[in-house]
Amino acid sequence: MAQSATIPAKGGSGGPGAVGKSLTVGELGLGLAAVLMAFFSIYVAAKAYTPEYAFHAYVFAAASIAAVFAIGNRYMNRDAAPPAQFIDGKPNYNYGPIKFSTLISLFWGVAGFLVGLIIALQLAFPAMNFDLPWISFGRLRPLHTSAVIFAFGGNVLLATSFYVVQRTCRTRLAGDLAPWFVVLGYNLFIVIAGTGYLLGITQGKEYAEPEWYSDLWLTVVWVVYLLVFLATIWKREEPHIYVANWFYIAFIVTIAVLHLVNNTTVPVSIFSPKSYIVWSGVQDAMVQWWYGHNAVGFFLTAGFLAIMYYFVPKQAGRPVYSYRLSIIHFWALIFMYIWAGPHHLHYTALPDWAQTLGMVFSIMLWMPSWGGMINGLMTLSGAWDKLRTDPVLRMLVVSIAFYGMSTFEGPLMSVKVVNSLSHYTDWTIGHVHSGALGWVGFVSFGAIYCLVPWLWGRKGLYSLKLVNWHFWVSTIGIVVYITSMWVAGILQGLMWRAYTALGFLEYSFIETVDAMHPFYIIRAIGGGLFLAGTLIMVWNIYKTIASPEPAESPLGNPSLVPAE
Amino acid sequence: MSLWQKHAIFEKNSIILIIGVLVMISIGGLVEILPLFYLKSTIEKVEGLRPYTPLELAGRNIYVREGCYTCHSQMIRSLRDEVERYGHYSLAAESMYDHPFQWGSKRNGPDLARVGAKYSDEWHRQHLADPRSLVPGSIMPSYPWLAKTELDVSHLGEDMNVLALEGTPYTADMITKAAADAKAQASDEDPGDLAARYPKVIARNFDGRPGAVTEADALIAYLQMLGTLVDFKIYDDKANLR
Repeated sequence: MAQSATIPAKGGSGGPGAVGKSLTVGELGLGLAAVLMAFFSIYVAAKAYTPEYAFHAYVFAAASIAAVFAIGNRYMNRDAAPPAQFIDGKPNYNYGPIKFSTLISLFWGVAGFLVGLIIALQLAFPAMNFDLPWISFGRLRPLHTSAVIFAFGGNVLLATSFYVVQRTCRTRLAGDLAPWFVVLGYNLFIVIAGTGYLLGITQGKEYAEPEWYSDLWLTVVWVVYLLVFLATIWKREEPHIYVANWFYIAFIVTIAVLHLVNNTTVPVSIFSPKSYIVWSGVQDAMVQWWYGHNAVGFFLTAGFLAIMYYFVPKQAGRPVYSYRLSIIHFWALIFMYIWAGPHHLHYTALPDWAQTLGMVFSIMLWMPSWGGMINGLMTLSGAWDKLRTDPVLRMLVVSIAFYGMSTFEGPLMSVKVVNSLSHYTDWTIGHVHSGALGWVGFVSFGAIYCLVPWLWGRKGLYSLKLVNWHFWVSTIGIVVYITSMWVAGILQGLMWRAYTALGFLEYSFIETVDAMHPFYIIRAIGGGLFLAGTLIMVWNIYKTIASPEPAESPLGNPSLVPAE
Repeated sequence: MSLWQKHAIFEKNSIILIIGVLVMISIGGLVEILPLFYLKSTIEKVEGLRPYTPLELAGRNIYVREGCYTCHSQMIRSLRDEVERYGHYSLAAESMYDHPFQWGSKRNGPDLARVGAKYSDEWHRQHLADPRSLVPGSIMPSYPWLAKTELDVSHLGEDMNVLALEGTPYTADMITKAAADAKAQASDEDPGDLAARYPKVIARNFDGRPGAVTEADALIAYLQMLGTLVDFKIYDDKANLR
């Protein structure tokens, strides 16, 4: 794109109070919107039906007031001219929002894994619920899933997408306040959603638990996110949109569609946190799992495949294995994933034709999934030796291996006869975690290990030895986790359907619960190891950033070799 | 060769790329979701179903609030062992008034689709307050606060108004009497014409406490009606083969 209107680098002392400084439209508009939001929130808080909702209204009010001060403070301290687009002919990349998202993803990651460990222990030792509403299993479980998927995963996606789109378009991120609005607004959504679960505010739809006002807020943030991403692409200096950005676009656009349809809801009142989804019963079930499975397909797969398509070639120093394979598997993946939802509803009251469609497409989905795996793994052609010396690359490669494994297991479990055994059991939980911990977790960790030295201008990580420790501790944790859940799930499924010689059901339900106890303890150990590995990473990242090593050349990364 | 080069149009124009993505993701969703709204066979024709009473609705909202669906399904699959363990497989019709559906996805505890009338109110009270006092191996959390928290019935009419807007057959009469009906159903006194509005309604003091209507009243009222509305002695399986 011919974006040649290069704004000259700021010259000399354009410090605070420089001549000709005026509020930009963005500063003025966002500031005014925040002021209005603050007043409106306080008004809602005063008339709220429940104290929990009033609390959330006050959180919105506090965030709005903080935004007004942040915008004012920023105005006082900034130069009169907007930040330069290019410095010495090189794009002046905007790393601030990316740094924020990267660090907060680590925070949410640790929090989410910790809550996961707590609920794992609650299943083994119910006394851990402590008879308190706010920390009982039913409220903590959505907190765990949302914290790891949307808070940890979401911030990793924000950070990497804003980084990748700038670097592959060779242009500064579009927007001035907008990128900050996206990362801060998204994390406000996380805070509202998370505290809501603890206070009992939920829609009761899995992975879509936040209530109507959180959903509305997320919609605003998400539209701005799409616009920032697109506007950056529009002013790119490269003729082609790089493959990673196709996946980011598919992720952002599809999540928007899924979010809007699955959360079509009517609030009881603007003063009430409660709303009723317009869909009901079997239609709601279909919409929910169309959403639910594609939250996996587009949030946890397409988004993280985008990460793979940038960070694996970068770290391996090799081009993407096959350009054609990336085209085929991109279109096939997004076309087929959307059909897979009904495999969550086998043998239920969903009509059989829909179940069968879901099963058939889930099985076919195996192929485009493995297309992505092959494209990722084969990118290492000629660089396999680096696995011996580079634990970050090893982490990325093992994440692709886990991706391959769980995208084989998924189609297997979508077959109706297999599903009749696996559904409702811990086998599903094991399957989810081989994808979540092995694929999403490890590819995120690999990307963060790459990003932090690049963003903070460090020569490398504080310690590769610690990366190695993280890798092994977490890998062992994952293996312990998923194997225990395989055994637990299959055992549970078999016990539920076991018959005595006289034709009676052999086990009461509580006997199958008792049988799970040892596996729940083993699972908690596996999850604990995964958390321990993450804590090693946090320490490593902290030491990397805190090290006084001078920034030699923050822009000094070799550029990508174009795909063949 | 040329075909591969044609792909460049997606790689050079973000809007065309987005349109391509939207087309690809629309097909599957439309094919699987839209017919469920117009195919008459989707929801079986069954006698006896009715919308939730105000008290049951409040109980259902507590069920949602506490995340019961994270451990309990409400969907008996059409498999021999499930039908023998829990009762007749669930019908789509049985959740037609459920906004949202609560079929669940995991059974850390048993299915609840037909738990209604299987246990006494007293059993539920004690089980909710301290599950291990009745089932020693249970891993369910205790919910002692339910019996201590008074139920807020003041906004139930607004809730039903929204549901009516979304297609639930609540009449204006039902909506205006919402709060009074909730109280009447949770008491041992004569509930008046409650059963005229809500056939088969069970009205009694579910939490065993005189006076106050508590959250335990609402939740137990909901649990006690689950799966009880359809009379499977007269239900014709064959008529609804799909």
